[in-house]
Amino acid sequence: MAWLDSLSPQTQFVFFTLLKIGCVLGLLLTLVAYAVLAERKVSALIQDRVGPNRVNLPLIGSIPFLGQFLTKLGFWHPLVDGVKSFIKEDFTPAHVRKIYFWLAPAISLVPAFLVIAVIPFGSTLGAQKMVIADLNVGILYTFGIVSLGVYGVVLAGYAANSKFPFLGGIRASAQMISYEIAMGMSVIPVFLVVGDLNLGKIIEHQAQNGWNVLPIFGGGFSAQSLLLVPCGMVSFVIFFISALAETNRLPFDMAESESELVSGYHTEYSSMKFGMFFIGEYANMFAGAAMMTTLFFGGWTLPFFGLDVAPVAGEWWKGLLHIGIFMGKMLAFMLTFMWIRWMLPRFRYDQLMDLGWRRMIPLALANIILTAAVLALTNR
Amino acid sequence: MIVKRNELTWFERLYLPALIGGLKVTTRHFLNTLTTKTPVTQQYPEEPTTVLPGYRGAPYLVRDQDGHTKCVSCQLCEFVCPPKAIRITPPGPTGKPADRTNAEKMPEEFEINMLRCIFCGLCQEVCPEEAIFLKSDFSLTGLARSEMIYDKEKLLALGGTHPGIQKWKHKLDEAKEQETFPVKV
Repeated sequence: MAWLDSLSPQTQFVFFTLLKIGCVLGLLLTLVAYAVLAERKVSALIQDRVGPNRVNLPLIGSIPFLGQFLTKLGFWHPLVDGVKSFIKEDFTPAHVRKIYFWLAPAISLVPAFLVIAVIPFGSTLGAQKMVIADLNVGILYTFGIVSLGVYGVVLAGYAANSKFPFLGGIRASAQMISYEIAMGMSVIPVFLVVGDLNLGKIIEHQAQNGWNVLPIFGGGFSAQSLLLVPCGMVSFVIFFISALAETNRLPFDMAESESELVSGYHTEYSSMKFGMFFIGEYANMFAGAAMMTTLFFGGWTLPFFGLDVAPVAGEWWKGLLHIGIFMGKMLAFMLTFMWIRWMLPRFRYDQLMDLGWRRMIPLALANIILTAAVLALTNR
Repeated sequence: MIVKRNELTWFERLYLPALIGGLKVTTRHFLNTLTTKTPVTQQYPEEPTTVLPGYRGAPYLVRDQDGHTKCVSCQLCEFVCPPKAIRITPPGPTGKPADRTNAEKMPEEFEINMLRCIFCGLCQEVCPEEAIFLKSDFSLTGLARSEMIYDKEKLLALGGTHPGIQKWKHKLDEAKEQETFPVKV
C-alpha cells in the first residue's frame, strides 16, 4: 500500500475509479448472464417445468455430488449461451440501413451501464466510497441517460427497414417516452422529502428517517412520517410500474410482443448483436432495480444491527456486508420482475397508453401536491 | 342463453383482486414445483417415453401369422404416398413367387425413404392386404442419407408379425360360411 500512498491524489482517484469500473462492470455482466438463467429457472418453476439442466463441463462435471448438482441447476448455461452468441453467424440482411443497424445494439447497451455509474452500491471500503461517480445531480443524470436508452430501440426498429421491427420500435418509443414522464414525477416527492439530488445523500436521509417507501421506522413515530407513508407508497408503486414499462418487461412488453411482432425491434438481429440487445435489456432491469433500492428501499442500509451507518476505519467486513445488502435488495427486485412476468397478461397498446397518461401521470401529480402539502403543514 | 355480465366494481377495476389472484397462483405453482419436485417435464433421452395406441410413427411392413410377407406388390401405397417416399420393385414375370398361399406375388424390393416420409398413414389406409402399418417408432436416426432408406428386409424385421389381423383366413371362413344357407351373420 506504500506504493499507492506515493501516488498523487489525482492518480489515486483515477486508479481507484478504474478499479471500481472494472469490478462493477465485471460483476454486472456476470449478474446479467445469471439473471437470464434465473429468469429461465423461475419461469420453469412457475410453469411446473424443470428448466435448463443440460450443460455439463468435462472436469467439474465429474466431481461426485457437486458436478451433478451444478448441472441440474443449469449453472453452466450462461457460459454456453455466451459462447453460442459469439460463434453464431452474424448475419446482416441486405435490406437494412447498415450504419444504424450496427450502431443500434451499442446504443441500447451503453446507457444501461452508464446508469450504474451513479448508484451507490455500498457504503465505504477502506477510504473509498462505493460509488463510481458521486454526482450531485445523480438522479437527473440517471433520467437523462435512461432517455437515451430509447434511441437504441428506435434506431434498431428503423435500421431493420422491415415491418415488424419498425412497429416494435414505434411502440417502444411511444411507451418509453410516456412512462418516463410518470417515472420522473414519481421521484419528485422523494426529493421534496430528502431535499437533495445526490443518491448518497438520499440513502443517508433514509438511514436516519426510515425508508422512503415506508418512512415510519428509524426516525420514530411522528405525525409527519405517518402522513408521508401513503405518499411514499404511491411514489414507489408508480415508479415500479414505470420501471417495468421503461425496461420493456411484461406486462408492458410492447417492443417485443412475440405473439404479434415476431420479436419486435430486434427481429433482424442475430448472433452477438442480438446478444447485446439482450444484455442491454437485463442491464436496464438491474439499473431499474438499483434505482428502486436506492430511492425507496434505503440502498445499502438495513435499519437494525447498526447496519445503517457507514463503517469506521478497519471495519472492512461491514463494507462488504453493505455491498451484499444492496445486492440482496436488487436481486429481490429482479426476482419480482421475473415473477410479475408470469402473473399478468400483456396490456393492449391503448390500455398501456391509457394507464400511462390518464392514470399514472395525474396520480403522480396529485402525489407531488399531497407530499408538498404534508411537508408544509408539518413544518419542515 | 344470455350470460349476465356484471359490471366490475371500482375495486375490481383497480386490477388489485386480479393481481393478488395472479400472485397466489404463481406462488403456489413455484413453491409446489420447488418443494415436491414433481415437474411435468419428461427427461426424454434418459427417461424413455411411451406413445399411445393409434400413434402414427414410422411405417413398417408386417408378416402374417405364418411369417410370410403380406405385401402383394400392388403398388397402391407407392401411388398414394404424398412425398413419394415409397419405391416398390415388382418381381416381374420371371421373379420369385409369393411365399404364401392366396397371393400371386410379393415385392422384389420395397424401399421407404424415411427422410421423405411424413408419417401421414395413407399407405396403411390404402393397403388392401393390411401389410403396412404405422408403428410407434418416432426418432429414426442415421449417419448417412443412404442409411435412412429402409429396404424390405429391414422393414419386415422392424414390423414383425401381425397375427391379430388375418385377412385371408377370415376371407376363407367367410367364403365357407357363404356356402351354407341361411348365411350366419
